[in-house]
Amino acid sequence: MLLISCPHCGPRDEHEFAYGHEAHIARPTLDQQNTMSDAEWADYLFMRKNPKGVHFERWVHARGCRQWFNVARHTVTHEIIKVYPMGEPAPKLEQK
Amino acid sequence: MSAQKNRVATGGRIDRSKPIRFTFDGKTYYGYEGDSLASALLANGVTLVGRSFKYHRPRGIISAGPEEPNALIEVGTGARREPNTRAPQIELYDGLVTASQNRWPSLDFDLGAVNSVMSRFLPSGFYYKTFKWPKDGWLFYEKFIRRMAGLGTGSQETDPDRYDKLYAHCDVMVVGAGPAGLAAALAAGRAGARVVLVDEQSELGGSLLSERERTIDGKPAAEWVATASAELASMPEVRVLTRTTAFAYLDANMLSCVERLTDHIGPSATGPRQRLWRIRAKEVILAAGSIERPLVYSDNDRPGCMLASAARTYVNRYGATPGQRVVIMTNNDTAYQTALDLTAAGVSVAAIVDLRANPTGALAQAARAKGIEIIENSAIIHVKGTKQVREVDVQSLTSDGKGVTGSVRHLYCDTVLSSGGWQPTVHLHSQTRAKVVWDDGIQAFVPGPIMPGQNNRSVGSARGAFGLNEALNEGHNAGAEAAAKFGFSNVTGNAPSAEAEPESQPLRSLWIVPSNVPVGQGGKHFVDYQNDVTAADVQLAHREGYVSVEHLKRYTTMGMATDQGKTSNVNALAIMAGLKNVSIPEVGTTTFRPPYTPVTFGVFAGSDKGDFLDPIRKTPIHQWHAEHGAPFECVGQWHRAWYYPKAGEDMHAAVNREVKATRDSVGIVDASTLGKIDIQGPDAAWFLNMVYTNAWTKLEPGKCRYGFMCGEDGMVFDDGVTSRISENHFHMTTTTGGAPRVMSWLEEWHQCEWPDKKVYFTSVTEQWAVFALNGPNSRKVLEKVVADIDLSEEAFPFMTWRDCTVAGVKARIYRISFTGELSYEVNIPPSYALHVWRALMTAGEEFSITPYGTEALHVLRAEKGFVIVGQETDGTMTPQDLGFEWIIGKAKPDFIGRRSHLRSDTKRPDRKHLVGLLTENPNDVLAEGAQVVEHVKDKPPMTMIGHVTSSYYSPNAGRSIAMAVIKNGRNRMGQTVYLPYEGKVIAAKISKPTFLEDGAPANG
Repeated sequence: MLLISCPHCGPRDEHEFAYGHEAHIARPTLDQQNTMSDAEWADYLFMRKNPKGVHFERWVHARGCRQWFNVARHTVTHEIIKVYPMGEPAPKLEQK
Repeated sequence: MSAQKNRVATGGRIDRSKPIRFTFDGKTYYGYEGDSLASALLANGVTLVGRSFKYHRPRGIISAGPEEPNALIEVGTGARREPNTRAPQIELYDGLVTASQNRWPSLDFDLGAVNSVMSRFLPSGFYYKTFKWPKDGWLFYEKFIRRMAGLGTGSQETDPDRYDKLYAHCDVMVVGAGPAGLAAALAAGRAGARVVLVDEQSELGGSLLSERERTIDGKPAAEWVATASAELASMPEVRVLTRTTAFAYLDANMLSCVERLTDHIGPSATGPRQRLWRIRAKEVILAAGSIERPLVYSDNDRPGCMLASAARTYVNRYGATPGQRVVIMTNNDTAYQTALDLTAAGVSVAAIVDLRANPTGALAQAARAKGIEIIENSAIIHVKGTKQVREVDVQSLTSDGKGVTGSVRHLYCDTVLSSGGWQPTVHLHSQTRAKVVWDDGIQAFVPGPIMPGQNNRSVGSARGAFGLNEALNEGHNAGAEAAAKFGFSNVTGNAPSAEAEPESQPLRSLWIVPSNVPVGQGGKHFVDYQNDVTAADVQLAHREGYVSVEHLKRYTTMGMATDQGKTSNVNALAIMAGLKNVSIPEVGTTTFRPPYTPVTFGVFAGSDKGDFLDPIRKTPIHQWHAEHGAPFECVGQWHRAWYYPKAGEDMHAAVNREVKATRDSVGIVDASTLGKIDIQGPDAAWFLNMVYTNAWTKLEPGKCRYGFMCGEDGMVFDDGVTSRISENHFHMTTTTGGAPRVMSWLEEWHQCEWPDKKVYFTSVTEQWAVFALNGPNSRKVLEKVVADIDLSEEAFPFMTWRDCTVAGVKARIYRISFTGELSYEVNIPPSYALHVWRALMTAGEEFSITPYGTEALHVLRAEKGFVIVGQETDGTMTPQDLGFEWIIGKAKPDFIGRRSHLRSDTKRPDRKHLVGLLTENPNDVLAEGAQVVEHVKDKPPMTMIGHVTSSYYSPNAGRSIAMAVIKNGRNRMGQTVYLPYEGKVIAAKISKPTFLEDGAPANG
């Protein structure tokens, strides 16, 4: 059971949150959408990283303030390395 | 009261003035307050308590704690019967009913014991080998094997007890209230930290409860425990939980614990039986102690064979002796203390057989001084007696310890105690996925480095520091340091101190105690008592090439019983290492997983059962529906009125009446459950353009529009009508079940993708009660209760809304329809709901207004071909598949799902389309979900081209109607297809998905 520090509410138990998916997947612009292949579009839609190590992902405080935010989490140790707001780029971290 | 023949006259922590009556296998016995079931049985001379899992060998009590592999007991009767509980952990209460397991017809005469004679045909993995032929043989053999090999049987009845859950937070959590844990809790508590101390036993003290002579700070150990307990109880920030097992160490320092509140009182107790604690600690101190290992000697499972430390606990703590005449075999010094304590209690110790040569430790010398014979450099090679130890044979060890030599001595005894050294209880440390490492000095696994983020430290014997002073010191220091980390640095008092440890000699590891015949012949060297795994089985697995310890475990089932190998894992690893001629850490370690000891399902469920499993949502006039006889249908968490049967009506008759009355005159339905989202802000229209497939910018205030939402994959996700209240204000409706999902969807896109857009979403589902009047007379009904606006078609046309007053209540009416009839959806504040509903019912009396439920609602919409998202769609249907090409905003540059509609697959003309199905026999009502085929074969598989999504009898069409999704369906109009279902084949013709061609116009 993770302990997640919501940027707005502070540390709360995992069951208050909902996992979204991998963070920093930009929605293609209209121009990109109109020029990209079906395969590239499928890549945006479905393909996700599954690293052994640090994973950047987005969570929502679903049973709290309902705000989305980003989390850098280690998929082996489950350590939450950093919590940072939506819109902020992925932090540079040493791969553990 | 029958005499307790193995009860010591004085001493121990039992209250001899309070006898307690209990039964075991139907026979009545007496114990005393403070007894465990195990100690009371031993006091009464009951040593045969169970039959083993596979061979049905007679078994006795091995241990005095949670590691017990043999004495597994069924406790209680009827709905409260609980199997596989460990006798040393069951506290006596008056009227306790217990029974042995895995025997038939009786414990003393067990027919299953034939397995023991047949054991050479039942080696490890026998079921993998023997029962694989013929091909389907296993299915036949399995039920017999399951009956012969097994544990207890649980009750089939509903658990009548209540369970509870609590969350707690603390600075320092201490697991285990032995000397190290108590010292830690005292230090942290005195510093002012918030502390939780948990211990699985009924009172604090841990190993100190089994001490006879030790003193701490000059007081007898028991007295020191009492003082420490009282001090802890007086500290407001310290919570002490006894009878509480920390069974799981989860992420980020959360420990799951089960507190047994009434198991020691029995069924007469009130309040919850057990409580699940989820404790989040900033720092955890693991002071869980250690578990003695048995020696692996021939026939080491005979009743009367026990751990040396267990005998010490029974005699010192419970005043119960395991027998009258004892032989002890040991590879270390601690068993000598048992010999001294037994002697002090008047038990005859026939001899101590030491695997080591020349034992000269302080305790050995003390034993010698008491006149106890020490047979050094020797081993017990045979244990005689089947249901009770009768005699042992002892022989000298050869120099390499792998064989025996010299003359055989026979020693009469009824009890054999063994000590093979101690294994720290590293379970919780290991559950964090931190490693354990081998310590050659103590020949045991000790905690390795901790996992990041899991702030814990192991102290005392849980980390391999077995001395009492070490435990007290480490505990005190850990408690003080942990408290200081969180700002509580004012620790008062020093570490408690005990007298110096008796000087001792190192242990000698002989992982298999040899006999004068090879292992596997004659007697059995049990390693895992509970799963009946012997040293010979480990050798067999090795011979058959199971080189990995994980394979060894699965092949032999070693360590996989309910005790998780607490007494067997290290012995098994060591035997494997010996066979492979490598060191023990090279063989590997075992990973411990939760739970430490078995946990009842009830405590996980807690109060989340029955009506409390999930929230129930009711509309504001739920009671009216109930009073009018409506059964309820669950839609998400909502309970909706299903239909309103009149006297003598079944569901079919009631639904037909409701459907007809609505089309013929007027019906009313409680649609309050409809999802409603208030959307405001200058970018609200822009946002709707993105989430719906159609265009919203030009919708005028006062008007309503129907829309589909798609996922980015282009598939239909929700639908509903959204109305423009003003330039920057919209009222969105969603499906009843989809409302929370849609709300989250809007928030996610806004916050994550378009955070610069000024738009706000508020769920208002429960802020509006909604009653929909449907049918040709609905306007006439409404006119009787609305005076302030013109309801005429010209003044209040379809797909618009108006604010007005209904029966004196401020209301908003939407002219939208889910029946295809003239329809008004009246929205009012929920507190006035019943008043307005009654007013509408009264106004409608002259038109025979008919309340209808969800079933009629479904039929009415299906007659007109209106889809329900989640019924006609399943996450693979585009709006185009549903026949809604017109709802795709061609002029819009972008919306969620647009790009996916351009994919070659979604553009394919022969995708599955929504169509109607008209059965050849108009009275056949198809099953929803039934598969559609073009060509029927005698039996499956057949090529399926689609399935039925909705199917009803339509009283207005006078026949059955169905909707289906069928491959290339729109290009198959008129084609006959077949629906094989439950042994019958129904033929149906593909049609358009609308069934009342000459009825009211589809837009009401």
